Amino acid sequence: MNWAETARSAFESLRERRARSGLTVLGLLIGIAAVILTVGLGEGAQARVSSAISSLGPNLLTITPGSTTTGLVRGGLGTAGDLTLADAQALSSRSDAPDIAHVAPVIQTGATLTSGSSNWSAPVMGTTPVFTTVRNRQVVVGTNLTAAELASQAHVAVLGSEVSQELFGFASPVGQVMDIDGVPFNVVGELNTAGASGASNEDNLVLIPISTALDLFSKPGPYAGSLSEIFVSATSSSTIGAAYEEANDLLLQLHSITIPSAADFTITPASTLLSTAATVSKALTTLLAGIAAIALLVGGIGVMNIMLVSVTERVKEIGLRKALGATPGLVLRQFLLEAAMLGVLGGVLGVLLGLVGAVVLPLLISQQIDVSLVAVVGSVVVAAGIGLVFGVYPAYRAARLSPIDALRSE
Amino acid sequence: MSSIGHPRHQSGLALEEMPGPMLELREVTKTYGMGEVEVHALRGINLVVREGEYVAIMGQSGSGKSTLMHILGCLDVPSTGTYLLEGRDVSVLNEIELAEVRNRRIGFVFQQFHLLPRLSAWRNVELPLLYAGRRPRSARRERAMAALGAVGLADRVEHRPTELSGGQQQRVAIARALASNPAIVLADEPTGNLASDQADEILAIFEAMHNQGRTVVLITHEPDVGERAKRLVRIKDGLVVSDGPVRP
Ligand SMILES: Nc1ncnc2c1ncn2[C@@H]1O[C@H](COP(=O)(O)OP(=O)(O)OP(=O)(O)O)[C@@H](O)[C@H]1O
Ligand SMILES: [Mg+2]
Repeated sequence: MNWAETARSAFESLRERRARSGLTVLGLLIGIAAVILTVGLGEGAQARVSSAISSLGPNLLTITPGSTTTGLVRGGLGTAGDLTLADAQALSSRSDAPDIAHVAPVIQTGATLTSGSSNWSAPVMGTTPVFTTVRNRQVVVGTNLTAAELASQAHVAVLGSEVSQELFGFASPVGQVMDIDGVPFNVVGELNTAGASGASNEDNLVLIPISTALDLFSKPGPYAGSLSEIFVSATSSSTIGAAYEEANDLLLQLHSITIPSAADFTITPASTLLSTAATVSKALTTLLAGIAAIALLVGGIGVMNIMLVSVTERVKEIGLRKALGATPGLVLRQFLLEAAMLGVLGGVLGVLLGLVGAVVLPLLISQQIDVSLVAVVGSVVVAAGIGLVFGVYPAYRAARLSPIDALRSE
Repeated sequence: MSSIGHPRHQSGLALEEMPGPMLELREVTKTYGMGEVEVHALRGINLVVREGEYVAIMGQSGSGKSTLMHILGCLDVPSTGTYLLEGRDVSVLNEIELAEVRNRRIGFVFQQFHLLPRLSAWRNVELPLLYAGRRPRSARRERAMAALGAVGLADRVEHRPTELSGGQQQRVAIARALASNPAIVLADEPTGNLASDQADEILAIFEAMHNQGRTVVLITHEPDVGERAKRLVRIKDGLVVSDGPVRP
């Protein structure tokens, strides 16, 4: 009996037991697809979080007013929680802060945008042209804000892609006119699409010159002219620490604060966000992989069960085949092929289902699924291994019985 | 395994009268159940069957006939004693050699038929040919058809065992034993489950095999079946109690 004849015999034997073979394949298939999809979901979330955070700008430091450490005891003389253009200017100093590359001060206010009959509300950020550099954004249509516009307090605006779409549809917004809280602005450019990062939507914003924003939207009072935040980029990823120190020292000095823990500002490096997020999403992936492993185990136990029962049921057949002249090797070969056929079928269908799911599911649940090769290979190996071991080992034991002992078993 | 090739008698009277021993049992015992209750199924059997003989084994139920037959068919091994098949001690054969003996030298008909229920009649008969490595498939089919024709089942080749009567199933089992053209045919109560007219047909097949020169050993508990053989061995409680030619 050669391999082809054994394969034919194995195939027929599987076909005769259609329901059982089908259930075995189903068990393998679901286990494998579950692993591929859950691990893919975890990896997808991880990838999305880190790409969103790194799109903030890899060397970014965000300076916000107010202290995180001591909410009540703020050091200071009336200017508590206040960041000013003067602060931003000082940070831009090449000599005082050599490791700081760019500084983008921001005054942010929510505003109503109108163009023709379209209305939309979005955060309007008064800032400088380097904003795009610091925040790792690109102007994809039209031009960025310019120094000249800054100097002349021009009424010009660069739109996030969502704002552009809401107001102007799919047409280019460049050259259009819109009102910000009733004040007309010329649209000069549109930013690239960045997606959401954490809570804030990076595509729903409007950039205008900070001088214009101070002029139009700054509320009178003790905080007039104060900044919402200052974005600072370090010269390289290796100088983030130094840039942090320089910014911290300069601001403490400018704000006349002697005790560092009483600082009235907070500096947050993007890298800490990144590493926190990475830890969280790694934990998520591990959790999902654990769930997937349990799914595989449950599927595997189902497969084991079916295999064990079906081999035990066929000990008599093994005895008869031996009585007619089958060697133990030939008996094993047939069971090996049967298990392998189920394994291959279950594996291929499981991987297919996993891949199709990885394409279709994101459309339904708006979650990214990154298929991981390790998960694909690992789950197929584990599932097929379970099938092989539990399909072949009992057959091996039966093939070692004398034909009569095997024939007598019930 | 071809020390003795052809199942037919050699020509020449001297050989015809005294052919060599085909099967030889020396003080063979078989004990079942190695616990507190031991069953001594065989208690020292000495038996020589020569080439071309037609032997009937008789005895009461439980006397050890099937046990003896399984040992003769290399399906089980003696607890003690020696079994020589065609002059060779089978206890030295490994699994592969044993498989070859079962496949090529011996055709075995079981008391309970033991057909694979999911295979058609001819596919059941094909099995020993498959393990013999006979190729191509069409040759196996042809051979299986011939064997089924010889037992009068040419019109039932595609039927499954469940679609056949007891006598027809028994004949499929006999065709399977014949398929690989073995020198030795061992049958455990081949007529046990059959009505007497069916039994006659089956016995005619065994007589034909004997006439072809094969060594035939069959078990029966029906005296008229035993009397159609050439030699009668009686067994009681695991021992041979009488052994001699059948008087016509
Ligand atoms: N696997 C076994 N385990 C324990 N005892 C067994 C086993 N097989 C047979 N026996 C016992 O061995 C004895 C001989 O059994 P065997 O099957 O050889 O009898 P038999 O002569 O073929 O009977 P029957 O005519 O009913 O077929 C019986 O007492 C039986 O109970
Ligand atoms: Mg019996």
